[in-house]
Amino acid sequence: MGSSKVIHAFYNDDEVLLDAVKTVKAAHHHIEEVFCPFPVHGLDKAMGLAPTRIAITAFMYGITGLSVAIWMTNYMMIQDWPQDIGGKPSFSWLENMPAFVPIMFELTVFFAAHLMVITFYMRSKIWPFKKAENPDPRTTDDHFLMEIHVHNNEEELTALLAKTGAVEINVVEKH
Amino acid sequence: MYQFSGKLKMLSLALIIIGALGIGFSFFSAPKTIEESKEMIADQASHGDSHGSEHATGAANSHDSQHDAKHDEHVFHQMQNKPWSALYVSLIFFLGISLLVLAFYASQRVAQSGWSVVLFRVMEAITANLIPTSIIMLLVILSASVLHWNHLFSWMAEGTFDPSSENYDAIVDGKSWWMNVPGWTIRGIVYLLLWNTYRWFIRKNSIAEDTANDYNKTYKKNYHASVIFLVVFMLTESMMSWDWIMGLDPHWFSTLFGWYVLASLLVSALTVIAFVTIYLRSKGALPSVNDSHIHDLAKFMFGFSVFWTYLWFSQFMLIWYADIPEETTYFVARFNEYKMPFLAMVVMNFVFPILLLINSDFKSKPWFVIIGGIVILAGHYVDFFVMIMPGTVGSLWSFGIAELSSILFFIGIFIFAVFSSFAKANPIPTGNPFLKESENFHYFNIEHEGEESTDHH
Repeated sequence: MGSSKVIHAFYNDDEVLLDAVKTVKAAHHHIEEVFCPFPVHGLDKAMGLAPTRIAITAFMYGITGLSVAIWMTNYMMIQDWPQDIGGKPSFSWLENMPAFVPIMFELTVFFAAHLMVITFYMRSKIWPFKKAENPDPRTTDDHFLMEIHVHNNEEELTALLAKTGAVEINVVEKH
Repeated sequence: MYQFSGKLKMLSLALIIIGALGIGFSFFSAPKTIEESKEMIADQASHGDSHGSEHATGAANSHDSQHDAKHDEHVFHQMQNKPWSALYVSLIFFLGISLLVLAFYASQRVAQSGWSVVLFRVMEAITANLIPTSIIMLLVILSASVLHWNHLFSWMAEGTFDPSSENYDAIVDGKSWWMNVPGWTIRGIVYLLLWNTYRWFIRKNSIAEDTANDYNKTYKKNYHASVIFLVVFMLTESMMSWDWIMGLDPHWFSTLFGWYVLASLLVSALTVIAFVTIYLRSKGALPSVNDSHIHDLAKFMFGFSVFWTYLWFSQFMLIWYADIPEETTYFVARFNEYKMPFLAMVVMNFVFPILLLINSDFKSKPWFVIIGGIVILAGHYVDFFVMIMPGTVGSLWSFGIAELSSILFFIGIFIFAVFSSFAKANPIPTGNPFLKESENFHYFNIEHEGEESTDHH
């Protein structure tokens, strides 16, 4: 890294921010982070972020849930203690399968939903009592902040950011 | 303007002629007398056909002579029903698809949806198929009820409502306030009239909308007409499914049947919209349709495939679970004699589309949508086959010339009606206030060449 200095450019409009991100990308600067009070459509694309794979994980969690449900109903109702309950055929899992479908469905959804959310928390590093990583409280209300690392090019970066319509540009020491 | 090409016209006419010849052949080769039907069954039995031998030996050995004669007559009626049923399955399928495209179109108007406006002319063109299929349905209704030409509906047989007749059916007689021939005929004609009236009105006024320039007055009129139609549609669609499909098994009833038929037709209708859209776009006739529109159609196909499965399973599981004999017979007949189509359709209508169309990237690829769509359409044809055939031909079902030529016949009519109608109007509904939104519609994560929204709003 060399320097631990970063530059914070503030914007007060998401359209201006998007154009600024494109300008900075075009000038081949690496954007460390952008802080927004709300989701800005197209920001991930403008920054060139890789698409999320969370849907793929959810699909696999769903299959896991389905497998658990099949294993559980088969073990409990067919293998372990196959009773005659109201004349339901407990000779094989398939014969009694329609009765298990609601469980299979719900466990598929349960696993897919909850494990996906937990995955999201882990990947985003969010948990209770976590210290907020907010460089400026205004970014949760009405300001957008772009953070760029400074590598001995402070003047150049400041000039570039000033051109993009930033309302405030600060150079701060990051630890 | 789109030009209905000569090649496509020739194809549709060829399909109609081939189909008509096949239908004619199947009617010609159906048995005319009980003797003939016995011979045909015996013939089949000697070829080792399991259905035939079961019936032939059953008739020969285990029944007394009176029962025997009754059985022969039963088999004779089922065999006579075969060409009618083959025609009827395809007819209901194509009529229903056209109707559901109309209903989906009305829902898009009522929802004031922004994405689908560029597809309005495609949907309108598909509903043109409602006219020929309605006319054929009218003929079937009249020939079934007034003229008694076929035995599709067992309760229309003579003496069903007459306690002194040996055909007397006390259960059906108890339902005679609804299931009677005049009422059934009149209701059928009324449904067809209502649907066609809305179609005629909305098509005329949708074209009028293009040049109206009257502060959206025409647009609002179309909106109100669509609201009314949707109410009428929900009522008539339920009753239609009781009259035309559930009535084939007059001893059986299911409360969610209307919804089930609706779901099956709706997913097929959306698939057909996607197919016609993809075809017309490939011919350059729909310049403002992009992959995001295809993506939305595929999402609907996916969603309603799941919805169909939900209703299919709900109907099946509730009846299976409670196992009340008068309800269960419906599925016993299907599970014993139609096991392959009955189970295959769940794979075709659920497992296949859910695995193929769950991926967002796949949904925007016309190629994938077509693969998924073909299986979905075939699956829902099988669905209607399994709904209709057990009540009319029982165990004597097969898929042969009669069924195939009926499908070809109605595909031919479909192509002719749809594309000649599409060629008659501006492919872009220029007067619709949501047109601009629809033309600029982009689903956020589709990144194809030239399909990136420059507008961040």
